[in-house]
Amino acid sequence: MHSDRASTGLKIAAGLGLAFMHLPILLIFVYAFTTEDKSYQWPPPGLTLKWFAVTWNRPDVWEALTLSAKVASISTVIALVLGTLCAAAVSRTKFFGRETISLLVILPIALPGIVTGISLRSAFNLADIPFSFWTIVLGHATFCIVVVYNNAVARFRRTSGSLVEASMDLGANSFQTFRYVILPNIATALLAGGMLAFALSFDEVIVTTFTAGQQQTLPIWMLEELVRPRQRPVTNVVAMVVVIVTFLPILGAYYLTRGTDTVAGQGK
Amino acid sequence: MSDAILDTGRNGIMARISDTLWRNPRLTVLLLLAPPALWLGVVYLGSLFALLAQSFFSIDEFSGLIIYEFTLKTYAELFTPANFDIIVRTVMMASAVTIAAAIVSFPIAYYAARYARGKWKAIFYLGVMLPLWSSYLVKVYSWKLILAKEGILNWLFETLHLSWLLDAYLSIPIIGGNSLSVSWTGTFLVFLYVWLPFMILPIQAALERVPRSMLEASGDLGATPGQSFRFVLLPLALPGVIAGSIFTFSLTLGDYIIPQIVGSSRRFIGQAVYAYQGTAGNIPLAAAFAVVPIVIMGVYLWAAKRKGAFDAL
Repeated sequence: MHSDRASTGLKIAAGLGLAFMHLPILLIFVYAFTTEDKSYQWPPPGLTLKWFAVTWNRPDVWEALTLSAKVASISTVIALVLGTLCAAAVSRTKFFGRETISLLVILPIALPGIVTGISLRSAFNLADIPFSFWTIVLGHATFCIVVVYNNAVARFRRTSGSLVEASMDLGANSFQTFRYVILPNIATALLAGGMLAFALSFDEVIVTTFTAGQQQTLPIWMLEELVRPRQRPVTNVVAMVVVIVTFLPILGAYYLTRGTDTVAGQGK
Repeated sequence: MSDAILDTGRNGIMARISDTLWRNPRLTVLLLLAPPALWLGVVYLGSLFALLAQSFFSIDEFSGLIIYEFTLKTYAELFTPANFDIIVRTVMMASAVTIAAAIVSFPIAYYAARYARGKWKAIFYLGVMLPLWSSYLVKVYSWKLILAKEGILNWLFETLHLSWLLDAYLSIPIIGGNSLSVSWTGTFLVFLYVWLPFMILPIQAALERVPRSMLEASGDLGATPGQSFRFVLLPLALPGVIAGSIFTFSLTLGDYIIPQIVGSSRRFIGQAVYAYQGTAGNIPLAAAFAVVPIVIMGVYLWAAKRKGAFDAL
């Protein structure tokens, strides 16, 4: 504890912990190439690339993927606008009810997803709203706001107010100040927040099962396959692709906010 | 760019709006806040109220239709033995997962906060961040592969000639079962795996705030490493552990997918909510069930706040 070298026991425990977190995901990569299509046999009897072609030609996978991408894009845009506005208001002034607003933003992910889901379901039932593309977006945008908000609020805190005043003194109006001074300052934080929001929405399943009705997003498609497997190798391939697709925005968000005091992605 | 700024100057409609906003900071805040507050207020709070309202309705036993009249009958149903069992079972599972997650997380968080430097710091950071953000369903699916009868874990036990050990373990009542994938041990492992990063990050954040000099002072004053850990480090890390436990506890309480895919047929709160709102069409009882985790988390958050856990978030 007093030295700068970790004890062997601690190293082993930390290493085992990291391995525990990564080996299951790596296993998926092996299964995507297996020739066995009836069971989850280990070790795989042989390796093949056949299932990538089979998956490529499955219209249901493409439909689910398209719907997920659409929902995630629109939810991210809504979350970006609302989250930034909220962060700007909260960071700029102290006002009555500020704490309440912060709490309100965090609540959708602080409460279990099933609460958010059943709440929306109850509301749709009471208001007689039929399930549609927009009911999914409504839910997703709500819990994506917090991700953008967290990133933006941290950056606003670091952006000095005198920059804004200097810009105004030099003759710019509020909109020009926003466009030429504030936006370049917060751009990377917004990009990181947007990427995380996209990843969050793209992967969401618990709330979505309550707001989607008969529509299938990619996670719902996967859930169906998990409960009632039809063609296991296709599920393996989709799972692998999903892992790769979600890793990219996370790595991107990390590199965009690296070196600042709050690195993106610490809260989900 | 500079030309554009000079051209608009202080005249014109945009400039006048801009001046008004600058002179009235309250109005600016109000305008900034209105869209998000309206969205969250209407969509989210509105839905929560709808949930609360539904939980005070009841279902007509004969027609299966919802009676929109105030009653506490639905809440009374929560306390029938079968339903109360579900609640107790879920809380026990959430507690077990939380305790295990704290134990597994601590060495990782401690190493990352105190010893990892430079490249290793980044590796540990991404090592926690990637599992945190990678697809939830894929993570659950990977455990279905691991725990399957013909899967890697059984293969490992067979190769090591330890199958008898696994069989002996599975014959233990309650935590055992026919195979790992239909036992509570399986459910527990998947919960632990999926929520682990949510515990590591706050503990790491708390540990990073403990100044090194404090441990040195403790050592100088004659404490053994064990005593420094027990009386200096652990109390300072506790808010982080509590903050992490909020996530693991809350997420376990509300999950219905993991026990459905890996686990026995005995249900958890989330599954009850899902089943009642779905095929059964009993939204009031589903709503009442969903209020249970809200109440439990309310009490939990209140207790955590008193321990100062929110400073570690």
